[in-house]
Amino acid sequence: MKTISIFLLTFCFLTAFQGTGKKIPSVQIQTLEGKNVNTSSFSNGGKPMLISFWATWCSPCKKELNTIAEVYDEWKKETGVKLIAISIDDSKSSNKVAPYVNGKGWEFEEYLDVNSDFKRAIGVNNPPQTFLVDGKGEIVWQHVGFKDGDEAQYIEALRKVIKGEKIEH
Amino acid sequence: MKKLFLIFLFLFSFRIIFSQNILSSGEIHGNFSMDAQYYNPDSSIGAPPVPEKMRMQGYSNLIYTNGNFSAGARYESYLNPLTGFDPRYKGSGIPYRFASYKVDKLEVTVGNYYEQFGSGMILRAYEEKGLGIDNSLDGFRLKYVFHGIYLKGIVGTQRNYWGKGPGIVRGIDTEVHLNELLAREKDSTYHPSKTEITFGGSFVGKYQDGRQVTSGTSTLNVPQNVGAGSGRIGISRGKINLNGEYVYKSQDPSAFNNYIYKPGQAVLVNANYSEKGFGFYFGAKRIDNMSFKSDRNATGNDLNMNYIPSFTKQNTYSLLAFYPYATQPNGEINYQSEIEMKIKKGTFLGGKYGTDLAFNVSQAYGLDTTHLNPATDSSRLGYKANYMGIGKLYFSDFNIEVSHKFSPKVKVLVVYANEIYDKDVIQNESGFGTVYANVGLTELTYHFKGAKFLRMEFQELYTKQDFGSWAMVLAEYGAGEHWLLSAFDQYNYGNDNSAARIHYYTAAVTYLKDATRISLGYGKQRSGIFCVGGVCRYVPASNGISLSVTTTF
Repeated sequence: MKTISIFLLTFCFLTAFQGTGKKIPSVQIQTLEGKNVNTSSFSNGGKPMLISFWATWCSPCKKELNTIAEVYDEWKKETGVKLIAISIDDSKSSNKVAPYVNGKGWEFEEYLDVNSDFKRAIGVNNPPQTFLVDGKGEIVWQHVGFKDGDEAQYIEALRKVIKGEKIEH
Repeated sequence: MKKLFLIFLFLFSFRIIFSQNILSSGEIHGNFSMDAQYYNPDSSIGAPPVPEKMRMQGYSNLIYTNGNFSAGARYESYLNPLTGFDPRYKGSGIPYRFASYKVDKLEVTVGNYYEQFGSGMILRAYEEKGLGIDNSLDGFRLKYVFHGIYLKGIVGTQRNYWGKGPGIVRGIDTEVHLNELLAREKDSTYHPSKTEITFGGSFVGKYQDGRQVTSGTSTLNVPQNVGAGSGRIGISRGKINLNGEYVYKSQDPSAFNNYIYKPGQAVLVNANYSEKGFGFYFGAKRIDNMSFKSDRNATGNDLNMNYIPSFTKQNTYSLLAFYPYATQPNGEINYQSEIEMKIKKGTFLGGKYGTDLAFNVSQAYGLDTTHLNPATDSSRLGYKANYMGIGKLYFSDFNIEVSHKFSPKVKVLVVYANEIYDKDVIQNESGFGTVYANVGLTELTYHFKGAKFLRMEFQELYTKQDFGSWAMVLAEYGAGEHWLLSAFDQYNYGNDNSAARIHYYTAAVTYLKDATRISLGYGKQRSGIFCVGGVCRYVPASNGISLSVTTTF
């Protein structure tokens, strides 16, 4: 009974909001230096952004960001994209994020989400999960997990976004 | 049915009326996750009987946001909880709902919320679905920001499965971001100093009814209010980050500390240095009687108000993670150091595509304590701890990781680890003693064209204790953009009992597209300890088919 009413509730809400673009939720997170930043201030001057959730203990996440790090310069040149990496490491490992990131030589914008507030607000189940945000600040595509070769899907989606094309679902 | 119809009617009209105006500028999003398992009986691996044959658990979050307002709810269902999860989760319902509003610098949340003060050693309400942990608070929270001063106040009770803990949790936290504070007069939001300084402090208290408890043959007078205070500082300049926190907790006799009246203390420091291609980390902490629960009678992971981070490497490869450390809130000394470095391309060791190296060492010890004789320990302090000394070794992990890319198609990763694990202390058992293990691992990845690749893992764990040695082979094949096939076998070849030299094999097919992941597997799962962040749960052996679906919308 309860289950059914929940389903109905979901259905009604979802149909009511069909077509509305999903924006980046507003949550306070921190830079690696400890400065507070609100996620609603994320911008890339009208160019697309990739927001990627990762953790130092997550192998596919590290594979994803290490792979993108190798082609990041080319992607930036071609599409103007900015990658924002959100570490969901908690206080057990949040202090290992800076040494890892710099040790690998990543040049992404880096933040810490130590109690998973941003992860929860945006609806990530498990990392890695990456959101593609268009120049208007709307989330237009998502990708969960990461396996070798998936980076081709990202650049393909980015090319469509900068041309204003819709990404097929 | 009538009720259901009315709900439907209400929601439908709600949709028609509001979708056109007020709510049309808002948005709904959320996620969904479900795990189901069909269990085969299998006494050879010690799988507990599952009378339902099939069990399922899952949740869905729905969040509505409109400008400064947001509200949400999570529906959860455990019918029945999967083996290894607490059976008290049995049932379905909405354990999480909230509404939150921001007016200028004030943010108000009513209902359920998650919160952390500092490193979490004084207060942390969080969720870790994989462990079945959700100690969210239900009540009010206020946040206020004033020129670089961040204030938080909370009052609530904690979630305990489908109910609430008996204690009321109250807390305030202040964090000062000096660079923001000093920028005030200069009409900018940030002081341009290269040094970034933050400091803060918290007070957290709990109230629980009842003045007396019975422990063994004695009746004890217990405090109804227990308080804890903390101070912390963080300094960052260029390549260096330093931070530390100290927490003091007043007398808090509880089932977890065997009803002793010794005050609790915790101290933690972290330091890191990094530059391009090199990173160094060091962290250490000392914990003395710091279990902090909103019910003095709670045990295990129930109703924790705080979180003691474990400074150990969280290994992800199966046999490396075979003996994970679990934090000991009653007392421990723990440190960790890590080095991460990249050897440049074009050098002898770096080769054409570069080589990555990582070293890690972490150890955990008990406190150096002298137990007090209960006959003369009239104030029931339990023990005396020597601040400068260290006690018994609980855990040690030393590991080296080398990864090298031989060509755009071939990548290799090699790991060696040496681990010492006091099973009796870490798993709260007796008679097992300490396990000494050496683990070796090689991972090979071969990238075919496009999204096709083959990844193989070869792992071996060598030990003479516990269940003896294990070997494991894993193969994962990326079959195009959306499909992943994987299979592995864990073989307990070194078990003293030849009948227990079992192959634990699993095969799975995973479909990934956009925000959706669907995975179907079949196999045997060994019993073991599963940990996230130093908090662990025991997972019994199982044999069967599992299905997992997650999506975000």
